[in-house]
Amino acid sequence: MEATIATTPNRWAEALRRHRISLSLGATVLVSIAYFYNVDPRATTAVLNAALRHSTPLVLGALCGLMGERAGIINIGIEGQMLLAAFVGFRVTVATGSLMLGLAAAILTGAALGAFLGFMSITLKMDQIIGGTVINILAFGLTGFYYRIGLTIPAKLPTIRLGPLADLDLVGPVLFTNTPIIYVTLLLVAIFHYILFFTRWGLRTRAVGEHPSAADTVGINVHAMRYSNVIIGGALAGLAGAFLSLEAVGTFDRAMTNGRGFVALAVMIFGKWTPVGAWGAALLFGLATALQTQIQFSGAVDIPHQFIGLLPYVLTIVVLAGFVGRARPPAAIGKPYDTE
Amino acid sequence: MAQSEANGAASAVWRQVVRVWQTVSVPITAVLLAGLIGAIILIISGASPLDAYRALYDGSFGSERAFGRTLARATPLMLNGLAVAFAFKAGLFNIGAQGQLLFGAVVAAYFGFSLDGLPALIHIPLALLAGALAGAAYGAIPGMLKTYTGAHEVITTIMLNFVAINITDYLADGPWKDTSPGNIVARTPRILASAEIPTIGPFPIGFFIAVGAAVFVWWLLYRTTTGYEIRTVGLNPHAAHYAGIRVSWIIILTMIISGFLAGMGGAIETQGVINRFQPGFNTGLGFDGITIALLARTHPIGVIPAALLIGAMEAGASQMQFRAGVPNEIIDVIQALILFFVTADMLIRWLIRTRKAEGEEEITLSTGWGQQ
Repeated sequence: MEATIATTPNRWAEALRRHRISLSLGATVLVSIAYFYNVDPRATTAVLNAALRHSTPLVLGALCGLMGERAGIINIGIEGQMLLAAFVGFRVTVATGSLMLGLAAAILTGAALGAFLGFMSITLKMDQIIGGTVINILAFGLTGFYYRIGLTIPAKLPTIRLGPLADLDLVGPVLFTNTPIIYVTLLLVAIFHYILFFTRWGLRTRAVGEHPSAADTVGINVHAMRYSNVIIGGALAGLAGAFLSLEAVGTFDRAMTNGRGFVALAVMIFGKWTPVGAWGAALLFGLATALQTQIQFSGAVDIPHQFIGLLPYVLTIVVLAGFVGRARPPAAIGKPYDTE
Repeated sequence: MAQSEANGAASAVWRQVVRVWQTVSVPITAVLLAGLIGAIILIISGASPLDAYRALYDGSFGSERAFGRTLARATPLMLNGLAVAFAFKAGLFNIGAQGQLLFGAVVAAYFGFSLDGLPALIHIPLALLAGALAGAAYGAIPGMLKTYTGAHEVITTIMLNFVAINITDYLADGPWKDTSPGNIVARTPRILASAEIPTIGPFPIGFFIAVGAAVFVWWLLYRTTTGYEIRTVGLNPHAAHYAGIRVSWIIILTMIISGFLAGMGGAIETQGVINRFQPGFNTGLGFDGITIALLARTHPIGVIPAALLIGAMEAGASQMQFRAGVPNEIIDVIQALILFFVTADMLIRWLIRTRKAEGEEEITLSTGWGQQ
């Protein structure tokens, strides 16, 4: 149980102490950004913008994972949910010519797979790791089986400049000149943080994930809570899929998620099962990915590209091992709930 | 059953038959149901399921050569399935079998092409052992990170998979690159004949090594003190700690053995099938390992038929694609369905009205997710 700090007089000092790692990491990043912006504004802007882009599907995937896990359902099928959603969204857009319909289809596909995960782990009481694996293989197989070469969509989701905000130095091009799902994702982080920690729904979700029988005793419908949460999570993974095929790339390739669903899982644990934490972790990973690309293209350093390619992964391990340490998942995770 | 009371021996046999049926009926029904749904998908997309399954069968069991190919495909799958299943027994989810396999494959290739003049009897096991040890060393990293820093093995093994792809790619494109004239792709030189694992007729010897490994893992888990400690840690690390088991050491040891098995899978693939290391040739095997471990319900002996099943499907897939014009990936759809039906056994037991065999082990994987 997390200590309630709201009533202690020195709550700011307490908050500073509790978040010292994220705060010092954030400060380091900000100072570096200021420094690099001074040296090379164009490259810095490009890297930061790319970091935000790279982080988007990871944040959405991590939100998907944590909505399920907070309610007690492990979801290792995020990869499959993203992949099938990216595929269906793309094909619906090809068939109808409408990006909006494609987007809706992707979100629905993700939600449907979320419901399928719920069916397996809640109704059938299947092992949840197996349920997620079934989704991953199924998505890989179905998208490969129905894959057709050479299909195109009329356009990608467009970049939207947010009026005068987009003209600001640095923050303008980085934060306020983006594609729709990137904006939506930033909003969703705040929304889900609020839902999870400041609403009745969130409290019930966490109760169901920590101590389902206690939740049941006070009249919370454990199964309904779990179903709704994995379905909402699935919709988020679906949005991540739509981001990949309809916004970032503009086409569908076999296995185009390329492990992002698993990295999202890592990001979720890294962020200690909180939306804001996951967002920070995803940004860090996105930044490392963007830096890695920038270093390779600039040719500034003379080391084999494979070693530069290691950067995001090694950084994650180092930060995790060195600073974050043990993470505690919701207590009732992975266990089917039987009403007595 | 009046006659079984009259005849004790017959009733014992009968009970045994019932017990075996209770154990195998679910997987068999699961395969049939998955095949049926696969057939429906094929019909909807305008292909003939009979032609497709015929070609699949011919490609995996239809001839001696096909059967040999099935065994060869099943070999790394079996070792990776064992690696994942073994780690599950200690409550660890080793998603990193893929990375450990890659290191095993590339190191075996290095020992295979660089050591000249050794007799096969020494060269083969030496390269195999080197590959397995490389996998073990790479598996030890997430084990140590978990015990010393608390970093979750699911994250670290995922990250280490990507690291392994990059490093092996570098080795095959840099210091260990095949420099023979005309070669432009990233790959190591072909291993020497003395390092190649031979076949007996069409049957690859590597397959029998893998079966031996499965039996060994079973013995280790269920007949030794270490195995008992591993399973205890998997069931309840706190209880294991109070019982005086060195939990940290068991976790590291489990990851080392798991990595050893995965690395050996990569080495056998290099020495028995591909004969060199080439990036992209072994991808996906590690993830199939997860499927196989789950199909086998993490039992080491169950891994053998599970790997044979998946290996047969993969061996026959290209034949099916070629003859029936059916995309390979229908195999993955069917595999996912098999996994679903095997696990959703209450559906099937209701369908065919059979009960669980007595004493059948319940699998609990998900509890391993969060425990420290």
